[in-house]
Amino acid sequence: MRYVEAFASPAVVGPALAELRRALAPGRRYRLMEFCGGHTHALYRSGLIDLLPAEIAMVHGPGCPVCVLPAGPITAAIDLLERDASVVVATYADLMRVPAGRDSFAAARDRGLDVRPVHGPSEAYALAVAAPERRVVFVAIGFETTTPPTALVVQRAAREGRRNFFVYGQHLQSGAAIDHLLAAVAGGRLQLDGLVGPGHVALVVGAGFFAPFAAKGRLPIVVSGFAPFDLVRALTLLVRQVNAGRAEVEVAYDRAVTWDGNRAAQAAIDDVFEPRPRSVWRGLGELAGGSLRLRPAYRAWDAEHAFELRPVAASDHAHCLCPSILLGERAPLDCTLFGRACTPARPLGPCMVSAEGACAAVFHAGRHLLQRAGAARTESPCAPSR
Amino acid sequence: MRTIALSHGAGGSEHAELLRRVVLPALGIDDGAPLLDAAVLSELDGRPVLTTDGFVVQPLRFAGGSIGTLAFCGTVNDLAMLGARPLALTVGLVIEAGLDVALLRAVLCDLGALARQHGVRIVAGDTKVVERGKGDGVFVTTAGLGVLPPGRVAPHPSRIAVGDVVLVNGALGDHGAAIVHARAGRSDAAEVSSDAAPLHGLVEALYAAGVDVHCLRDPTRGGVAEALHGLAHDAGVTIALDEAALPVRPAVAATCELLGLDPLQLANEGKLLAFVPADDAAVALAALRSQPQGADAAIAGVVADGSPLPLVTLRTRLGGRRVVARPVGEQLPRIC
Repeated sequence: MRYVEAFASPAVVGPALAELRRALAPGRRYRLMEFCGGHTHALYRSGLIDLLPAEIAMVHGPGCPVCVLPAGPITAAIDLLERDASVVVATYADLMRVPAGRDSFAAARDRGLDVRPVHGPSEAYALAVAAPERRVVFVAIGFETTTPPTALVVQRAAREGRRNFFVYGQHLQSGAAIDHLLAAVAGGRLQLDGLVGPGHVALVVGAGFFAPFAAKGRLPIVVSGFAPFDLVRALTLLVRQVNAGRAEVEVAYDRAVTWDGNRAAQAAIDDVFEPRPRSVWRGLGELAGGSLRLRPAYRAWDAEHAFELRPVAASDHAHCLCPSILLGERAPLDCTLFGRACTPARPLGPCMVSAEGACAAVFHAGRHLLQRAGAARTESPCAPSR
Repeated sequence: MRTIALSHGAGGSEHAELLRRVVLPALGIDDGAPLLDAAVLSELDGRPVLTTDGFVVQPLRFAGGSIGTLAFCGTVNDLAMLGARPLALTVGLVIEAGLDVALLRAVLCDLGALARQHGVRIVAGDTKVVERGKGDGVFVTTAGLGVLPPGRVAPHPSRIAVGDVVLVNGALGDHGAAIVHARAGRSDAAEVSSDAAPLHGLVEALYAAGVDVHCLRDPTRGGVAEALHGLAHDAGVTIALDEAALPVRPAVAATCELLGLDPLQLANEGKLLAFVPADDAAVALAALRSQPQGADAAIAGVVADGSPLPLVTLRTRLGGRRVVARPVGEQLPRIC
């Protein structure tokens, strides 16, 4: 905790903010996107969003893997539970309340289906060991951050010959989302001066992973941690790059992130998973690649194969602005559903689903309430600087 | 008798044996007097205050307490939050067949010891046994009787006024964090234990110091966030908290950081929020700090004016302002 404290206290963040202000070029405005939902959440939770210089507009990005996971796999897993009483579905708690049509894992559990929220795949694996008569399906979600532990547990299942443990692989690749963003920038739909790169993804893939994106999109990328100090430092580095006309990858989280990342984790991912030819993301639609499935060598542990799971595509709510919000084109408070029809308790769109979705972060910080009470900037937190 | 069987709830000799050998001695009421299903109590000096409560927790024991501790503290605290002095309890047990008798004895000993220590009598009870799989070890239900001393105005949300100061008697989220660790089997490793404790001593200290107590609330399920949201709506006010002033233990803060939880949404079982007039705040703070359970007491915030909406806001340590989120559903650890 002292370690967390060290990067969050006003004594370190205050001077960092002063340095950020000094870095600004006179008269210039900066539109910077935080890719990762964790960063969005941190900006609001810490109150940093109110303290940033007015010249900086933060645009919230699509980096919330819970948000962008489509409803199809959840429905497919619930259908499996309905038809096979031997099955236990284990998944990260983040997924419990995610809506799939009118259903969710939480609702399925409430009507007696066996859904267990777990802290990770090894806990799911322990369930399989403890109950050999049951068949445990771990619904694996997340970007590269959570992919290595899934890969390791699949390797372990193979090594130990465990036949009642399966993985329903729904891991996503952050690179596909960045490609999607760069296409929106290139197409003029999104104006962006720089990108705050995802710190925990970078821990695994390495900062160097982002270099081709920075070069291709001519976009500065600075990898950041999740404490307020990290974010302010990342913004400062981005501002300096913008001022100098550079588009490089830098790391503002060097106590954790290296250029090459975690090679062992990368090797485990590569051993167990392969990209799907195409994938569907909630809000973003169909992407080339973007999602991982188990390689044929691990087919015996692949729930998709063992239980013939065929997720059907589900459509998003007609008035939901999430497709634009995920790309930073629109802000949560622009949406007519926000806080009325769509709330964290009954989310309609992907950005309200997880606490780290842009809409949920704004909702939880009560920006709509503060605005109505006349106590917050009335400008949408990521409104384009016109 | 090692484990509870269905026959222990059937009303025959085994039922009597369970009571005589386990339940009554553990609760400290094995004086051999005939067992009655109800009790006639002495006349009260003041208005009676009555509460009922139910207790469900897994695991049944955790760092800092057990379901027995919770049953006593939860009931007594419901009385204390209305300014009452606790007098008597009834205890109902719904036990799941197969429960380890030693575990049952241990949790009931926790309840009995607290009752003796605080002079609260257990005056009646009930014991049922349900089939295995139909319960969660043991469920405890209670009724609690207290008395509002003559001349004391019961604290109530309607007495909350703009300008009131909100005090808290110590660190937030200890109980919730202890349960999180206990469920993960990490009770010993983590430096976190439940704060479960009766609060009537603190309440008496406030009154003894002459504080005009406007409102009291124990922030249990849903934590401080839920308690204050409820009060803000009931009283139609905005409550403004100061993050820098909120006491949170480093180990609890670290637990929250790691698992994506919010200390303001974690349950407390030995904390109270006291709304007092600004003029009484210093005296109230000193009164709380004079008690062992109030050593870390702090001024958490104020009742602010000027907002058309009932809100709970937080000035962050960095100086930003946000609304304190109201908990949605159960608190589950998050990955991202």
